[in-house]
Amino acid sequence: MTASEILSLTAVQLGKKIKEGEVTSPEAVKAVLGQIKAMEPELNSYVTIDEEGALKQAEEIQKRIESGELTGPLAGVPAAVKDNICMEGLKTTCSSKILSDFVPTYNAKAVENLKQAGAVIIGKTNMDEFAMGSTTETSAFGVTRNPWNPEHVPGGSSGGSCAAVAAAECFFALGSDTGGSIRQPASFCGVTGLKPTYGTISRYGLIAYGSSLDQIGPVAKDVTDCAAILEVLASHDGMDSTSVQREDYEFTRYLTGEVKGLKVGIPADYMGEGLDPEVKEAVLKAAKVLEEKGAVVETFDLGMVEYAIPAYYVIASAEASSNLSRFDGVKYGYRAKEYTGLHGMYKKSRSEGFGPEVKRRIMLGSFVLSSGYYDAYYLKALKTKALIKKAFDEAFSKYDVILGPAAPTTAPRLGESLSDPLKMYLGDIYTISVNLAGLPGLSVPFGTDEKGLPIGVQLIADCFQEKNILRAGFAVEQSRTYEMPSLAAKAMREKEEK
Amino acid sequence: MSKQYETVIGLEVHVELATKTKIFCSCSTEFGGAPNTHTCPVCTGMPGSLPVLNKQVVEYALAVGLAANCQINQNCKFDRKNYFYPDNPQNYQISQLYLPICHDGYVEIDTAAGKKKIGIHEIHMEEDAGKLIHDEWEDCSLVDFNRSGVPLIEIVSEPDMRSADEVIAYLEKLRLIIQYLGASDCKLQEGSMRADVNLSVREAGASQFGTRTEMKNLNSFKAIARAIEGERKRQIELIEDGKAVVQETRRWDDNKESSHAMRSKEDAKDYRYFPDPDLPPISISDEWIQSIKEKQPELRTEKMARYQEEYSLSEYDADIITGSKHMADIFEQVTAICQKPKEAANWLMVEGMRLLKEHEMEMENMTFSAENLAKLIVLVDNGTINRTVAKEVFEQIFLNDIDPEHYVEEKGLKVVSDEGALKSAIEAILAANPQSALDYRNGKEKAMGFLVGQTMRSMKGKADPGAVNRILKELLG
Amino acid sequence: MAHIIDDETIEYVGILAKLELDDAEKEAAKKDMGRMLDYIDKLNELDTDGVEPMSHVFPVYNVFREDVVINGDDRDQILKNAPESKDGAFKVPKTVE
Repeated sequence: MTASEILSLTAVQLGKKIKEGEVTSPEAVKAVLGQIKAMEPELNSYVTIDEEGALKQAEEIQKRIESGELTGPLAGVPAAVKDNICMEGLKTTCSSKILSDFVPTYNAKAVENLKQAGAVIIGKTNMDEFAMGSTTETSAFGVTRNPWNPEHVPGGSSGGSCAAVAAAECFFALGSDTGGSIRQPASFCGVTGLKPTYGTISRYGLIAYGSSLDQIGPVAKDVTDCAAILEVLASHDGMDSTSVQREDYEFTRYLTGEVKGLKVGIPADYMGEGLDPEVKEAVLKAAKVLEEKGAVVETFDLGMVEYAIPAYYVIASAEASSNLSRFDGVKYGYRAKEYTGLHGMYKKSRSEGFGPEVKRRIMLGSFVLSSGYYDAYYLKALKTKALIKKAFDEAFSKYDVILGPAAPTTAPRLGESLSDPLKMYLGDIYTISVNLAGLPGLSVPFGTDEKGLPIGVQLIADCFQEKNILRAGFAVEQSRTYEMPSLAAKAMREKEEK
Repeated sequence: MSKQYETVIGLEVHVELATKTKIFCSCSTEFGGAPNTHTCPVCTGMPGSLPVLNKQVVEYALAVGLAANCQINQNCKFDRKNYFYPDNPQNYQISQLYLPICHDGYVEIDTAAGKKKIGIHEIHMEEDAGKLIHDEWEDCSLVDFNRSGVPLIEIVSEPDMRSADEVIAYLEKLRLIIQYLGASDCKLQEGSMRADVNLSVREAGASQFGTRTEMKNLNSFKAIARAIEGERKRQIELIEDGKAVVQETRRWDDNKESSHAMRSKEDAKDYRYFPDPDLPPISISDEWIQSIKEKQPELRTEKMARYQEEYSLSEYDADIITGSKHMADIFEQVTAICQKPKEAANWLMVEGMRLLKEHEMEMENMTFSAENLAKLIVLVDNGTINRTVAKEVFEQIFLNDIDPEHYVEEKGLKVVSDEGALKSAIEAILAANPQSALDYRNGKEKAMGFLVGQTMRSMKGKADPGAVNRILKELLG
Repeated sequence: MAHIIDDETIEYVGILAKLELDDAEKEAAKKDMGRMLDYIDKLNELDTDGVEPMSHVFPVYNVFREDVVINGDDRDQILKNAPESKDGAFKVPKTVE
């Protein structure tokens, strides 16, 4: 197979071809590394590329596949990991100066599971610093650009992972989602992103932002890949007390295209003011597709939508202020060169090591928890969270799936968002409440706007009901074929011609 | 005329639990060890690491709470206490603020005025911090996380104590309860039991409490007593001078017998507690509480009663023996081997206590094997050695844990049972001391004691004093 | 009601968060925090009386570990990323006066 033929495959297709001997894992890795070389100067999807390690892994894995030891669908498939997920021996920076030299001595459980499945990890992807941001512009290692149009952002915070998958710089990637950080960039980059039910994938080794909201998930080319990757990643982990023992760990079986009788609700409160008409149209078209296949689609009032963002920023910032206090220049990471005394060392290291958005959230989080404000802010936010959960509980008593947009617009231009943080925060309106309620959410690409930028639709299910969004997502996806950004396709063709 | 003041004291007692592993990770809690050799990503606050609660910690906390007559919060959870310090690897300590595991209990202490209940406000579970070693050479500090994550319970009393004596009685009572439960060894000097003293003074009869200070760094009962006295005086002087007592934390320096305020501009004392999102709450069922109650080992009062009943010890003896769980353990082990409870009790109470005092040791440092003391008791009982020799042997057991059988054999300390040898020795003593012999015959009983002593000396203590008495009387008869 | 964050508050939060801001950053932080708090005040529209605060979304309780030592001496790994270390310990500026 030629490199461009290989790169056009999805993860599951590639895994199958490797198993069938049509292509080898090292060949796939070489194809990906070639694509990375061509794309990176433009995109900057990666913080660290482990060329040598990837080739070595691929060779070992190829042997184990040939010996029949590795049989899973992802064996030999090159993957990337978001840079807030620890990998032994590979720099893990959270795209922050404060961790620029940090090399974990342990693997995240998700990485462990990937390795066990025989995936080949190519490198670590760029992100908003400590996953705080919606554009991948707050990275200390430069912005990542959208493969569909490099003048636009890839979304965030898993922008590197989504851009890398879109540009065929890997076959799939791990992202993390605290308020939409998988689903929103997936929609901006025209790839599929899944945030599973809270507790489905172990958080051990995921560098925490908002512990009660963080969840690792797959970013891939299609729903089939996401389901297959989720099967590998999901496990009950004794090292993560919030890891849940699920009843089902099989997800690919729901990829039937069968949605007859599936009850789908579209929240009217997701479709009103602030939503780009083209995105709205895409959601309605996706609804039509489901309806035509026998699903029952209705519009309803979800409620509580406008309270999700303020509640989220209180909870996430409060948790972040505590989670990020361990970065102090004592045990690992950046220590300032000049300081006076212990507290001077703390303050200088942290002030020089963290970027503005991270500092903003640490300050806000420290304030809302400080003496005299706890009840007014933090407790109020936790009560709001309970009400949001209740609103979803009511919705899921009537519907199997909630359908809506993943983001109000397609990808904004670079530099547009950071000038007004509050406005940027409002872009998370459709994704954030899903984290507060611990629900699974799936972003599926569904067409492009007139500028040629991808649009994603979001499917939400009740806790532990991933099967419903996988079923619906698969059905929606069948109405279109996977598209690769022209930039990435061009890079592949040019290499081929040489 | 100077005013009368009343001292009001409450205690915060930290106790390291006797678990094998730390509270949130599977590292050993073993004391000592080179710096950072009992650490892992969790207890050093590595990015991405997560805590998982050790069940035994909850069980010990429950056991202590129940023994201290507490109510149990059947739904309890952990909170984060946020503050920056290098011995605190995450820069937050996982503790309990909003729903501590136990609350509203009491222990009863004996005071000069009779029995008194000291209220327990709450008991909560938390993690210990690491250790800071100050490096004089480089003028820096070194952090060792071996103790980081060792489980603690903090027992917060009500401000119910009025004197150092009551404080000591309360601490001794707590220590006994906890030692008997096996929840901790409670060694003050090694820091497995630490007490912070909250103290205020008020004019006698006043209904309002005065402003309190918190005193830290108290690592012996003596230091606690001295610190209480020092702080009481300091606060009274301030009040008499018309100055205000400042609510603050002070550090006691036992060498200087004075304290100083621990204050810093960078120390805002605003801990921003919030529920730890990494740890699900704990639900304690009635069945669980019941099973802890059933598993509760024999506590001191029960043991005292049993000793009097089963071993016919006097109340006084039983009281002393059970005064330390460690002593009671040795006593029971020795008795189990030699079946001589009274002898065992005597050795421990008389010679044992004497040697502890002489060597300024704590009860817990009495580490000889019960088997050796049991052997000694048997040696005395069957007349192999006499009591004088036995005391010497006991000291060797106490200090070096020697095997008394070997020791007696090696040193030739057995009682001389050869009647002829004894008789000729006594004849020699009588010949050398004719005046004493005459005195005895003239009715001076005291002379007998002298002659026995002389004989024992010449036999190097190895004679049976009974036999010496008998033969002397025969010869002088 | 608009929140006005004063210098003192920013100073205080800086002490809590161990962040040192220059004057320009301080001004920006005052403005940003004030705006965010104004926005967060939206929550006051909600009647949350009698609502149980929800910290964990699932009713999961009693996640425990047995008291068994598993970890051994991992000191070299633990110290690998230390900015400064000495004698097997993390080296920090002097903590006592």
